[in-house]
Amino acid sequence: MSDVHKAGDIHKAIEAVWKIESTRLIAGIARVTRDIGIAEELAQDALVAALERWPEEGIPDKPAAWLMTAAKRRAIDSLRRGRMLEQKHGEIGRELEFQQQRLGEAMDQAFDQVIDDDVLRLIFTACHPVLAVDGRVALTLRVACGLTTAEIARAFLVPEKTLGQRIFRAKKTLAEAHVPFESPRGLELKKRLESVLAVVYLIFNEGYTATSGVEWMRAGLCEDALRLGRMLAELLPEESEVRGLVALMELQGSRTVARRGPDGEAVLLPEQDRSLWDYAQIERGMSALDRAQRLGGGAQSYALQAAIAACHARANTLAETDWERIVVLYDALLQVSGSPIVALNRAVAVGMAHGPAAGLEALDVVAAEPALANYHLLPSVRGDLLVKLGRYAEARKEFERALAMTDNVREQDLLSKKLKQTLLID
Amino acid sequence: MRFMMMVIPKGYETAALDAVPSAEAVAKMMEFNKSLQKAGVLLGLDGLFPPSTGARVSYADGKATVTDGPFAEAKEAVGGYWIVQVRSREEAIEWARRAPMANGDIVEVRQIHEVGDFLEDVLKAADGFEEFPKAAGART
Repeated sequence: MSDVHKAGDIHKAIEAVWKIESTRLIAGIARVTRDIGIAEELAQDALVAALERWPEEGIPDKPAAWLMTAAKRRAIDSLRRGRMLEQKHGEIGRELEFQQQRLGEAMDQAFDQVIDDDVLRLIFTACHPVLAVDGRVALTLRVACGLTTAEIARAFLVPEKTLGQRIFRAKKTLAEAHVPFESPRGLELKKRLESVLAVVYLIFNEGYTATSGVEWMRAGLCEDALRLGRMLAELLPEESEVRGLVALMELQGSRTVARRGPDGEAVLLPEQDRSLWDYAQIERGMSALDRAQRLGGGAQSYALQAAIAACHARANTLAETDWERIVVLYDALLQVSGSPIVALNRAVAVGMAHGPAAGLEALDVVAAEPALANYHLLPSVRGDLLVKLGRYAEARKEFERALAMTDNVREQDLLSKKLKQTLLID
Repeated sequence: MRFMMMVIPKGYETAALDAVPSAEAVAKMMEFNKSLQKAGVLLGLDGLFPPSTGARVSYADGKATVTDGPFAEAKEAVGGYWIVQVRSREEAIEWARRAPMANGDIVEVRQIHEVGDFLEDVLKAADGFEEFPKAAGART
């Protein structure tokens, strides 16, 4: 059976099939090849075959099976040329015929039962600590989210060629380090899961706050990260931090529209129009947080951050915010993370809960942190607190310092505005 | 982007009050739901009772009139829906193609408006609407 597609639409439809099927396809092939680089290339070859054939024949009834068969053919071809097995299964066979049959059967079997574990292995391998972080991110978006190199390059504002090399390097590193295609267990699982979740959150944040340039948000990446998070929640239903991260991303994502002003400028939480928050998304975040807490993970990093975001989400107005609870949650977060950024945010919360003088005192404790030496939010927060205390001249100095520390145009606008305000009040 | 995939089962507009799908159909549907969930695209889903248990409120000249179901003039009726978050209209359609529907059934795919899609003045008019969903959000 084939659908009637307008000429231009068929490519989009094939792309859609790819987005849906590629992860399981690559995961299934990788079970046989034990190498996600080779698996990804075979899957790509299958996609090329689909792009050749489907516009004429229509999209097959079982596109996943079609793609797997095409990948199998390419695998056998490449075996015939002696490339793949030399590298991977040199010890197995003497007879090419036998090898071909074996490979074909293995791939048929892999397709019949692409199991969830294959997908999990794929994600763990793409996020392997042996890779540079930018390699993990690119490879994960490629193999677990079905993004093309061009799409990833566009999202990260880097040339396509650079991104292509990054993925190539990552695959090469995995092959050279003989990283096994497996998911870790026990204690190792917790450690490796941290790396996976960090990659997911990095993707989210890349979409949520652009680190450079005029463009503040790239919502597509936020949705990709959420999708990955939900996938992981299905694959690892007992891991509370997966739910914690999903909750955090949903709750932060619910403010996407509100944090962007009419001219694309940043609107920070206190000034946001709360009617622009996405309450359906808040609901999803709340229920994910609830799951994380019921799984016993309430005191872990992502769940705590989500709980803080939930305090904001629950407040109808800024004044209604339960700042004392937020301070308590930050205290707990400091225990598990000890990050100076967390301490900085805690100081802001202390300022809201117990007054600007107390906030300033809390800030002084973190100010000496070398990690914050060039962080623009430190002087920026200090400036805010000084304004509240009426110490405008000192505040101005802080805002000026902050301005010199950031290249982000939106942040600069925001700081300039604050600077101007202190001049007006004073 | 989010899409609603509305299920319009054949003949649902006149379905009996106690109409239930077969165990086999339910099992297939569960499997499909699970695949949406595993792919990380499913945001929500629901099934609706037949129109015979529903009511229609129609508006004319500032007056609202209530008609109890079933609705004689209706040619089709929504039986349920999924809400999915996907990257394109084509992806939503591709998911709909995989739904285990029976002969004559229809799945209608429609994009959901996001807050950011609306114009400034529409948003102003909607101001204050947050009260209701917020109460729900404050549950936990």
